Amino acid sequence: MTRVRDLIAKATNPTGTVFILLVLILAGVFAMNPGFFEGPSLMAFLKQAAPLVILAAGQYFVIVSGNFDLSVGALVGAQVVIAARLIDGEESRTLPVILVMIAFGIAVGLVNGLITTVLKVQSFITTLGMLLVLYGAIRLWTGGAPTGSLSESFRTAGRFGIEGVPVLGQIPWALLIMIGLGAGAIALMRTRFGRILMASGDNERAASLSGARVGTVRTAAFVLSGLSATVAGILIGGYAGVSAQVGDGLEFTVITAVVLGGVVLGGGRGSVLAAMAGALTIEALFTLFNQMALPATLRPTVQGAIIIAAVAYAAGRRVRPAPAATTTATPS
Amino acid sequence: MRRPRIATLGTTALSSTAMIYLALAGVLVLGAAAAAIDGGNLFATANLVDMLTRTSLTGFLAIGMTLVILCRSLDLSVGYVAALSSLVAATTMDGQAANVPTAIALVLLVSGLIGAANGAIVTFLGVNPFIATLGTGLILKGYLDTQYKGPAGDVPAVFQQFGYTRIAFIPVSTVVMLLVAAAAIWFLRSTRTGHHMYAVGGDVDVARMSGIRTKRVLITAHVLCGMCAGAAGLLLAARFGTGSAEAYTNLYELDAIAAVVLGGTLLLGGRGGVAGTVAGVAILAVLDTVFNVMQIDPFAKDVLRGAVIITAVALYARRQLDRTARRPRFALEGRLR
Repeated sequence: MTRVRDLIAKATNPTGTVFILLVLILAGVFAMNPGFFEGPSLMAFLKQAAPLVILAAGQYFVIVSGNFDLSVGALVGAQVVIAARLIDGEESRTLPVILVMIAFGIAVGLVNGLITTVLKVQSFITTLGMLLVLYGAIRLWTGGAPTGSLSESFRTAGRFGIEGVPVLGQIPWALLIMIGLGAGAIALMRTRFGRILMASGDNERAASLSGARVGTVRTAAFVLSGLSATVAGILIGGYAGVSAQVGDGLEFTVITAVVLGGVVLGGGRGSVLAAMAGALTIEALFTLFNQMALPATLRPTVQGAIIIAAVAYAAGRRVRPAPAATTTATPS
Repeated sequence: MRRPRIATLGTTALSSTAMIYLALAGVLVLGAAAAAIDGGNLFATANLVDMLTRTSLTGFLAIGMTLVILCRSLDLSVGYVAALSSLVAATTMDGQAANVPTAIALVLLVSGLIGAANGAIVTFLGVNPFIATLGTGLILKGYLDTQYKGPAGDVPAVFQQFGYTRIAFIPVSTVVMLLVAAAAIWFLRSTRTGHHMYAVGGDVDVARMSGIRTKRVLITAHVLCGMCAGAAGLLLAARFGTGSAEAYTNLYELDAIAAVVLGGTLLLGGRGGVAGTVAGVAILAVLDTVFNVMQIDPFAKDVLRGAVIITAVALYARRQLDRTARRPRFALEGRLR
């Protein structure tokens, strides 16, 4: 009896809700198109979803420590454009350019983090400013339209995989990268760093009084977010090719995904696994819209209604000692 | 009881507002110098008109945004509300001057209702304002994209005057915006609800325990913010001569938030005011005009804008840190991060 009750409690708490939502949406997709769960189409779905899942993990670190990162969309776009311009079709440049991109991702995260923690600018403004700077700088650098092209080996990660696997057909590299980084993110949250990060988001003052270096872990969270945008940029560039609009609006989709996973804006609550499941749920939702042949223009409406409903449900369910604590926890 | 509180509010607001107006003057002087070196004149009539015209649209949005941010909330849907309002206005007017009053009333009603919905979602459902207003914005975007494939409606010439007429070099729309700003300043300084907004933004628990109906205050702020976005939509309709769903692509909401923050209002609520916001709007407008006069690449504008916004907020943050350092007894833990 208690086990059943435990299960129900787990399922209805905000972190568990996202998995139920994911199952429901996938069931909907299955009802519309039973072929979806055959190996190849499922693998194609996961390949497409991988970048958003990785971005969600990066954004999770920032959100759980009590901040926002609005610059990830612009950073993904910048990385793709940088890759195309620097590689310019030459195979031999692939590896050095990937190293440059990683350094750039770290640098952007570091700047975001240091401005937020040392100069005490709210992260909403820091990363909004970074969004404007990256957006303008990239277009300034390329003169408006991206130039150059990606090499074949650069595109491998986003496009190809281990071929000829029975049943599944192809196991995409993107899926393996996603699983590897996801496992890494879950492991990281169980280390000392993860606990300090969570504590900083929950109660900054208590964390710093107990000797945690709040500023350092928060800056590290921004760096992780910059790195996740770099990986996502490599995957999206490989999968979809080069365009200047590649990351536009991605930051809001990612934040939606993380929040859908039951992570509380303002920090201190939520699990990274649920955040990544939130990203999968959003991608599954887009697939469902495709299956239902919903007019593309109506998608934002359904998406908006679902986020509000999901977050309202989570807010109603959240068991907290102080009755008004939910309203105090509001950030920004 | 009320007297001393007004006094403290007045002095802090004055000093930080004074600083922002000094910053505005500084930007004007530097901008004029830069333009002069480049061989232009920032204060030529055409440039002044350009500068002032730029203030009105962001101004309307930023005034409403100030109210919600003061209550520690946020509204990311204003761009979509403005686009919808321009369509409601243009289709209701339908080229007839007689329909103008109905159209204005209808726009304010619709935008106010959207604001009320935002407020209700935030207060009663407990949804974070960032997500709630992002959600309503997406809902409106879907509606606009599905319902309107292109410009719709027709604005009569009489109402188009609102977009174009000037008194000397001052556009009428800017005058109206300043009147709305004056009304908002009065509202925040002299009405009970205005004072309650500061209290709710400062600490919602303390406000509620002091007997303030916090939900009502927050919903009022959202309704007023929605109506300000409606006014911005009316201005858009007057300028374009028709309703345009595409208006939301300009990301007006981010401009408005940047102006509010430049104006010294804390994103965490409880401090700031509309006078500062007007200066913030003016600073952004001056920068844009200077970039225009100097013919700076439009993409470089975004880079400079981003840098200016971060720098300004960093400077404000520095100043507030110093103040708390000097007065440890009044450490404002809850308000500052």
